[in-house]
Parts: sequence; C-alpha cells; structure tokens
Amino acid sequence: MRILGAFIVFLGLWLLLSGIYKPLTVGLGVVSTLAVIFILARMDTIDEDRVELHIRPLAFLSYQGWLLIEIAKASWAVTKIVLSPSMHLKQHMFSVPHTQKSDLGQVIFANSITLTPGTVTIETEPGRFLVHALDYSADDKDALADMDRRVTACEKADLA
Amino acid sequence: MSILDIAVEAVSWALILSGSFFVIVGAVGTLRFPDFWSRLHAISITDSAGVILLFAGMAVQAGFTLITVKLIIIGVFLFVTGPTATHAIANAALVSGLRPKEAKGFTGVEPEPLTNTVAAPASTE
Repeated sequence: MRILGAFIVFLGLWLLLSGIYKPLTVGLGVVSTLAVIFILARMDTIDEDRVELHIRPLAFLSYQGWLLIEIAKASWAVTKIVLSPSMHLKQHMFSVPHTQKSDLGQVIFANSITLTPGTVTIETEPGRFLVHALDYSADDKDALADMDRRVTACEKADLA
Repeated sequence: MSILDIAVEAVSWALILSGSFFVIVGAVGTLRFPDFWSRLHAISITDSAGVILLFAGMAVQAGFTLITVKLIIIGVFLFVTGPTATHAIANAALVSGLRPKEAKGFTGVEPEPLTNTVAAPASTE
C-alpha cells in the first residue's frame, strides 16, 4: 500500500517535471521510478511512520500573503539604505521570544525573519531567537512579536 | 498582437525589470556595506525581493503551462533553502567568534550574552 502510494507520487512528480509524453520517455520514467522504489525498499525507509503537519493550510496561505507585503516593505527600506550616500546603519543584535509549539512553526518563524530583508536569525535557543538587525529601531521588537503571533495563529489548536 | 498580449508583455517586463533592479541593488549593497553582517542583509534583498519579482515575471511570460508549475516548485524550494543557507552562514560566523559592530548606545546581546558558544571578544574592531 505504502509502496503503491510512493510509486504514484514519484511518477506524478516525474511526469510533471518532464513535460514530454512520448512512449519512450514515459517508459524511462516508469523504469526510473521503479528503480527508486527498489532502492527505497532496500534501504527499508518505507514504513508506517506518518509525517504530520501541525499547520492549518488556509491560515498559512494567508500568512504567506501578509509576509510578501512585509518583504516588499522591508526590501524597499533596505534598498533606500543601500542607495543613500551616507548609508545610515544601526546594527544591533537582540533576542526575540517565540511562542510556537511545534518545530515546524519555529522554523517558519525563523525563516520568515531571515526572509525579511534587514533582519537575520543567527541563533536558535529554547524559547528565543537571536536576531541581527541592520537598521534597528525601537518598534522592531513589536513588529517581530506581531509576526510571532501570526505564525502561532497558523498552528493547529490541538497541539499539546 | 491583441491588447491582452501587450498587457501580458507589459506586466511581465515590469516585473522582470524591477526584479533585476533589486538584484543589482543587492550587489551594490554587498560592495558598499562595511562588514560581514551588513553585507548579509544586502544579499537578502537579492534573495527575497529579486527572486520573487523575477519568478513572477517569468511565470507571466510562460502563461498557464508546465513551465509555470516548475517555476513555482523552484520558487518554493528557494523560499525554504535561501533563509536556511543564510542562517547557516550567519550562525557559523557567530560560533566562530565574529561579532557585529554595535550601534552607538547599544551593548551587544540583550539580555544575556550567548552561553553556548566559544568565548569570544565582544567586538571585532
């Protein structure tokens, strides 16, 4: 059952990436998929273990939309610093608490901080991230706390 | 060439040109900024704004085809790997003892300095 599911997923991915549907190429795809399945079975990696994503998909999509707007705003701010003759920098390293319960939520929050130009997550510790800001201002922490709330809102409520 | 074709061309050209602008800004920033940590931020403009706009422009050029699907797959991949790579570089620098030059009035990490890294001078300059 698991093997069949893996076969369908791999073949679907192969067909999606190939785009040429002649008998020869599709046949090669089937053969290479079977080879991958064989190797996976030999490695004993097909098991009943389930990967569960503790994220609500629709909430996550709307968060991505909000994140794109934030990236646009932050990119413009950093662009102005790069192009200004004086290059007003105010570098500062500070810690940001995070409230996500799942590892995936923490990864999403840390990666969101790094994706936004002007802030980079440089160290993760239990309960907080160490963030380096290019042009630190007093409301940076509030903005990151807001982002933290939005990521946490994407997580499923039934997490222990 | 219909109005719609011209509109599609205009939108995709606008996206690609603005994406190229942000890539160039990222490169200029990398050259102009004074030290390692600030250069990291300049690269992240190229990484996020440049890549998003260029990919959106290419997707509009390609229309509803397999190419757009592939572009989205690559885009999602870059969205995950880009920040992870940036974090890996920054973390390596931190662990090896490189500290950013703090702005006037700030004294390093608050509230407490890192405890799990090798002992290092508070400032590199």
